[in-house]
Amino acid sequence: MSEIAAERPKSPAFRFRFDRWAPALLLLAAVGIYLAACIVTGQTQYLNWDNLLAVLGRSIALGVTAIGQTFVILVASIDLSVASLISATTVLASVIMNGDPAMILPAIAASLALGAFVGAINGLIITRLDVNPLIATLGVSLVIQGCLSAFVSNFAGAVPVEFQFFAYGNVAGIPFAILFFFGLAMVASVVLRLTRFGSNVYAVGGNADAARFAGIPTGRIVVIAHIICSLCATVAGLYLASRLRSGAPWIGANGVYDLESIAVVVIGGTILAGGRGGIWGTVVGVMIFSLIDSIFNVLGVDAFVKQVLRGIIIVAAVAFYAVRSKRIVA
Amino acid sequence: MTDAPVIEMKGIGKRFPGVVALEDVSFACRRGEVHALVGENGAGKSTLIKILSGVYRPDDGEVWIDGRPVAFRHPVEAIAAGISVIYQEFSLLPERTVTQNIFLGREITRNWMLDSAAMCAQTRRVLDMFGAGRRIDPDALVADLDVASQQMVEIAKAISLDAKVLVMDEPTAALNEAECRELFETVDALRAHGTAVIYITHRMREVTRLADRVTVLKDGEIAARFETLPEPSAIVHAMVGRDISDFYAPFATADELGKPVLSVLGGSNDALHDIAFELRAGEILGFAGIQGAGRVALAMAIFGARPFESGTMTLAGDSVRFTHPRQAIRAGIGLLPGDRKGEGLVLMQSVRDNGMLTPRAFGNLFSSHRKTAFTDLAGMDRLLDQMEVKAASYDQDIRFLSGGNQQKAIVARWLALKPKVLIFIEPTRGIDVNAKSGIYRLMRDLAKEGAGIIMISSDLPEIIGAADRILAMRGGRIVAEHPSGASETAIMLDATGEQEAAV
Repeated sequence: MSEIAAERPKSPAFRFRFDRWAPALLLLAAVGIYLAACIVTGQTQYLNWDNLLAVLGRSIALGVTAIGQTFVILVASIDLSVASLISATTVLASVIMNGDPAMILPAIAASLALGAFVGAINGLIITRLDVNPLIATLGVSLVIQGCLSAFVSNFAGAVPVEFQFFAYGNVAGIPFAILFFFGLAMVASVVLRLTRFGSNVYAVGGNADAARFAGIPTGRIVVIAHIICSLCATVAGLYLASRLRSGAPWIGANGVYDLESIAVVVIGGTILAGGRGGIWGTVVGVMIFSLIDSIFNVLGVDAFVKQVLRGIIIVAAVAFYAVRSKRIVA
Repeated sequence: MTDAPVIEMKGIGKRFPGVVALEDVSFACRRGEVHALVGENGAGKSTLIKILSGVYRPDDGEVWIDGRPVAFRHPVEAIAAGISVIYQEFSLLPERTVTQNIFLGREITRNWMLDSAAMCAQTRRVLDMFGAGRRIDPDALVADLDVASQQMVEIAKAISLDAKVLVMDEPTAALNEAECRELFETVDALRAHGTAVIYITHRMREVTRLADRVTVLKDGEIAARFETLPEPSAIVHAMVGRDISDFYAPFATADELGKPVLSVLGGSNDALHDIAFELRAGEILGFAGIQGAGRVALAMAIFGARPFESGTMTLAGDSVRFTHPRQAIRAGIGLLPGDRKGEGLVLMQSVRDNGMLTPRAFGNLFSSHRKTAFTDLAGMDRLLDQMEVKAASYDQDIRFLSGGNQQKAIVARWLALKPKVLIFIEPTRGIDVNAKSGIYRLMRDLAKEGAGIIMISSDLPEIIGAADRILAMRGGRIVAEHPSGASETAIMLDATGEQEAAV
């Protein structure tokens, strides 16, 4: 027995895998640039705890949506309907609440039901009708936006003060929304890493045939991933309703939550082909995104130039991974 | 008890449109036995295995497991019944750990959470059954393991699924010497463990080292069955013994052979070592060897897709160095890939468009797509006519054509560029017997018009029948040269490195 043990070389204690650490490196770089920008321009007033929280707070809706998007991208699908769903949720929730605190729970329940329904529809169109996910969710997105526009064109309903706690409340000096975001990320990460469902998600995205031959119900996994994604978008919608104190049919499209949620997932190291990546990468991606915005603000970059630079940064980040890791990235 | 076969296939027959793949094949394997299944490419080995593993259903005959007939409708049912197949392409998830792969789809959970410790311990236990498994870390990512270890993970997965029958499809194809030796020890361990192992190979060395019984398949039928280990020569004879008919075009005569068009000296890269040969105009030069011997790597090196890193190459008297296929094509080299559908054709486009693919790629960017520097649409139609491509019309999508006609359309594509050298990889794969002859004659006609032809094929009789000269490759080197019409046994022994063994 001891002979066997001696024969087995010790596994390398730590193998540095560039592609797994790249998002963290990028985040470090972004933090460094932010610090440098603040110091160089003499705006050291931004370098404090409150400002850090403010930077994070701007990205809660994007972050929550991106957590959901991570699930669908991991199963090698994609969801373009999140932005419309976010708009629909803000309107639905604030119209049901209509300023009445007693209606908060029914509004949340109705919103989540809408999210689950939209996610199931997305998933079923993709798995049962074999429609490409890009087209399926784009179609669903147009349907949602169309229905919404038929009823409302601007702010609708009102959110009671009690519900505004979601966006504006503090717990132990930290904004509730930030705690909520990290809590959600924690739960999502546990689901992906420590449950059977999570391992099935990676299997289906990594190699659908191998997963099917291992007896995994691949279609069902894709549908559940889409339901999770839509539920996250609904939660992002509830947050925005609380923040706006009302519902708005343009809020989702305005925030470009569909494409930006995909961008932060990819910057976070999850590959579009599926099967590799994770929640913490996405959280890092969201932080990088909001830091980039803050850097531009500190430097006083023009709004249009900002947009151009963001585009370049997204592409450059993905190319950076691809060149360095010599593996498929997106 | 031990003599009762675990798995028994009785009178299996399988037909595909136009081809009889298997005819009355019976095959059995007992517990703790290694049964070698040998035969040339296209002999029906993989069809037989696909029937056993539930991918195909037999047209005739039955599969029995543990004395009961079964009818699998899906590979998952075969796996559940205890049949695991390790294909050359592994079905592992590279981005997951060894443990995660082994427990794919049947993870152990406790209170809804994965029980990683338990799974890891079981993985360790299974891996420790094999010498080659002991050095594998259950927490390592599969992508970080070498090929031999990945194969070990597949074997461990099968064992942990309680596989009664393990099929290994040419498992040493991608392994080096030391890894092969370890694999043989693993197979010995499987035999001792009581698993029935069906071992597919065409390397005699492996048969003599491992097999308890040997079954030889040829042309979809049982050619020979040995209840005890025979002399290697008897197996080789059963594998290749067939007549070369007038199926092939006549060989080149001395005055048909022209000046050298292509020569390589000392060509090496990570798959090839010190390649040296000369191809003459009007000659068909065959490259024989087993899978992984470096024949395709050589074609890719000449074609510039995976270039030589050292050595020199001369094309029609000029020293050349290609780092991209575009340069090779421009200089006059054409390649017909072995995977016609994947690498050769745009299936959704017409026959004519497929023919125009390369001429257009080299045309002027702003010129008409109907007329390139090489040929216009009418010229392409004439070439297609000349190749006798049979299609309802040249506007028909090429995917509706038979394999032979698709191949001819690809040849027409190259003819438009008047190539000096044409490389055919597996020219008749997936083409039915009657059309094969047409392809051989086509190759001969191209050679007569002055092109040098390189023919790479895993079908030994076809190389012997069609090539004027045959180079045998093994392990990335050219190991021997044979004249036209050499004996299959002689080439086979060179290609498998069995020179020193019996015969």
